[in-house]
Amino acid sequence: MKQQIIVSGIGGQGVLFVTRVIAQMAVNRAIPVLTSETHGMAQRGGTVLSTIKIGPFSSPLIRTGQADLGLLLWDKNLPVHQSLLKETGTWIINSTEPGDGIRLDAAEIARNLGNAVLLNLVLLGVAIQRKKIAFSVDECRTAITQLAPQKFLAQNLAALRMGLEYEQLDEQ
Amino acid sequence: MIKTIGFSLRTLRFLRLCVKKDSLGVLGALVAEKNIGVSKGISMNDNIQLLMGNEAIGQGLIEAGCQIATAYPGTPSTEILQAVIDRQEQAKEPLHIEWSVNEKIAFEVALAASYSGKRSAAVMKQVGLNVAADPFMRTAYLGVKGGMLTIVADDPGPHSSQNEQDTRLFCLQGRVPVIDPAGPAEAKALIQPAFELSEKYEMNIVLRPTTRICHSRQNVAIEPSTILKRQADFRKDPTRWAATPAFLPALHRSLNAKLEQIADEKSWQPRLSQGNGSHPGTALVASGVVYSHLVDLLEELGLTATFDLYQVLMPYPLSPAFISIMRNNYERVLVLEETYPVIELQLAHPGVVGKQGGRIPREGELTPDVIHQVLAAFLQLESPAEPAVERRGQRPSLCPGCPHRAAFYSIKKCFPQGIFPSDIGCYTLGMNLGAVNTVHCMGACISQGAGFYQSYSQDGDDFPTIVVTIGDSTFFHAGIPALINAVIQQTRIIVVILDNATTAMTGGQPVPHMGVAAGGRATKAIAMEPLVRACGVEFLETCDPYDSPQLEELLIKADSYIRRPAGGVAVIISRHGCIMDPQVRKSQPSRKISILDHCIGCEKCTGAFECPALSMDRDRKIAVVDQDRCIGCGTCVPVCPVAAIVQEPLS
Repeated sequence: MKQQIIVSGIGGQGVLFVTRVIAQMAVNRAIPVLTSETHGMAQRGGTVLSTIKIGPFSSPLIRTGQADLGLLLWDKNLPVHQSLLKETGTWIINSTEPGDGIRLDAAEIARNLGNAVLLNLVLLGVAIQRKKIAFSVDECRTAITQLAPQKFLAQNLAALRMGLEYEQLDEQ
Repeated sequence: MIKTIGFSLRTLRFLRLCVKKDSLGVLGALVAEKNIGVSKGISMNDNIQLLMGNEAIGQGLIEAGCQIATAYPGTPSTEILQAVIDRQEQAKEPLHIEWSVNEKIAFEVALAASYSGKRSAAVMKQVGLNVAADPFMRTAYLGVKGGMLTIVADDPGPHSSQNEQDTRLFCLQGRVPVIDPAGPAEAKALIQPAFELSEKYEMNIVLRPTTRICHSRQNVAIEPSTILKRQADFRKDPTRWAATPAFLPALHRSLNAKLEQIADEKSWQPRLSQGNGSHPGTALVASGVVYSHLVDLLEELGLTATFDLYQVLMPYPLSPAFISIMRNNYERVLVLEETYPVIELQLAHPGVVGKQGGRIPREGELTPDVIHQVLAAFLQLESPAEPAVERRGQRPSLCPGCPHRAAFYSIKKCFPQGIFPSDIGCYTLGMNLGAVNTVHCMGACISQGAGFYQSYSQDGDDFPTIVVTIGDSTFFHAGIPALINAVIQQTRIIVVILDNATTAMTGGQPVPHMGVAAGGRATKAIAMEPLVRACGVEFLETCDPYDSPQLEELLIKADSYIRRPAGGVAVIISRHGCIMDPQVRKSQPSRKISILDHCIGCEKCTGAFECPALSMDRDRKIAVVDQDRCIGCGTCVPVCPVAAIVQEPLS
């Protein structure tokens, strides 16, 4: 299996956490994985990008037009990172506005669960439900359970469930 | 495939190639024999973890029996020492870990520990090595005893640094061997052999990861820690440890001899993945993470194993056997390295395509896209589409509720025509508020403020108000000598110490005035106020920047003090905990912030104050609050000229 995924957002939105969850699923299945993350000053509310490469890769970075899937937590990043996606790739986007890709107001769903930051796992749930990531719901729950602080575990799993159950009517 | 996890697949692929097609004489034999960087048999039952490069390096230090680990935080290196802290229970022997006050001190502490025979490591970012340059350069001549690694994380790009200097070139100038790993698992796997190399030659060895290794994650195998059973045993030898100039020519001679031997070390030779002979006379050479990018790119282009491909593990000193193989066997050599042409300079090969001729970009990161362009030109392949024009995205800004924002706003408000030297940290982002005019290097702001004063005051008494801002960690790191200097040179400047009780930018490492050492261990607190007074400062005030009327009153008072005949340096400590600290958040009231309809859309709160929780609704021409991001601190309330920002207690 080879899959290249990008996660794009702004600092503080939980890009790093969802990156780790995806990579942990690969580790749990003993598949090689590489990620790259943005740390440092950009984390102070600036645009951040994670890349995840699952399978026999050497480099953590993704070249233009090579990503199979993009999770976009901050829709204003689309012009910044859209060139990374393959023509046949899929965007799953947290947005209140219509446009390309699978779009949903994940922030609102997350807010109803108690915290907008949970939108990262809502988007992941959508990706898993639509089989855009080659891991099962159980594998995802296991990885979240491994990585989330105990205090927030139930909330995190609830966010994933909201994504899994999300039905998009006007998918483009 | 399970067996390959924990070290790179590339290494395995290479070993396979070596065994299969080794026919390159000396070098080929050398490489086939080597197994550095390859972990001992990893089975399915081994503990494999998803580790960030920095965590892998920290884990590697513990596994190799490192007993003294020191660092000053700095992106992209910070998580290395944090990993040592988090994983210290794995150490089987005593382990001292410290966040030192600066990199020079971190280096010197680790150095003396090595003199006593223990394994030690000093960790820093690339510009931290500039701070540690003095002891670092002399250590090359004097050497070490117990294995010593200096781990210096470079930042090609740069992503979070004031330049993109190349530690490998620093090492060439300092005559210190440097190792350039290609990925997180490999970085860890090279630590034990690097300590062995350090002990064999009694030399400090540099390990240079880059941002894309430090902040990448990979499956990494965890191994048990080594037990070395070493007792501190410093053998006095003044001709070495206190070498006067009389002894230095001999030490220099010995250094040069050691470097020649290290360059010939079998296990550190460049690694060859031999091509299928379809392109004789052409070689691809790469080091660091760039090598990994190249391996993936060749595979994507269907070119795997069609060219002779070399990975340079130790860019300095470069193997003379390798240099002569390059000269004798290849007419065209593509050299890919970050950031400066270190291998290229040493190869001095007429057929090299590299940075010196400008055929490879001389600045910025060598991303897979850049490498694709370069490789296509070198191999005359179809050239990829021009990469999309890079867009910057959302710029970073101080967090909602950040006390620095309130302080900067008051400073700018009191002295609209002031000069504002600042420094390295989160508060660099004060430039978004127009309250930061210079950012240079750790501690420079106080001396730069003094320099501005000397220059302006020569032209008359009506000098502009100079307000320097420096963070608490930066103040301890390099601000104190600068403050003493400013006082004794009779400078008239205002120094605002932005004390948020932590090293915020790098994720909250302890600072000397909080009485906490690495890992939360209690230690003596060095209070800031007596320290400032002991530097000769006579005007010293402290306040919470959330109380903007008080801070503004103090700033005006400080300005009148510095202009008095008996005036001098005025220091204001602006004290409020970092809002990223959950304890700080919990301890302060949070209110519901709203914007009333009579907002005039002046954009003061979104522009001059620049809170990321506030934005303009362009249709309604009024400001709106993003309740997901607002923490209800209320510092924006006094900013509004028409009192349209209101706060009410949260139910």
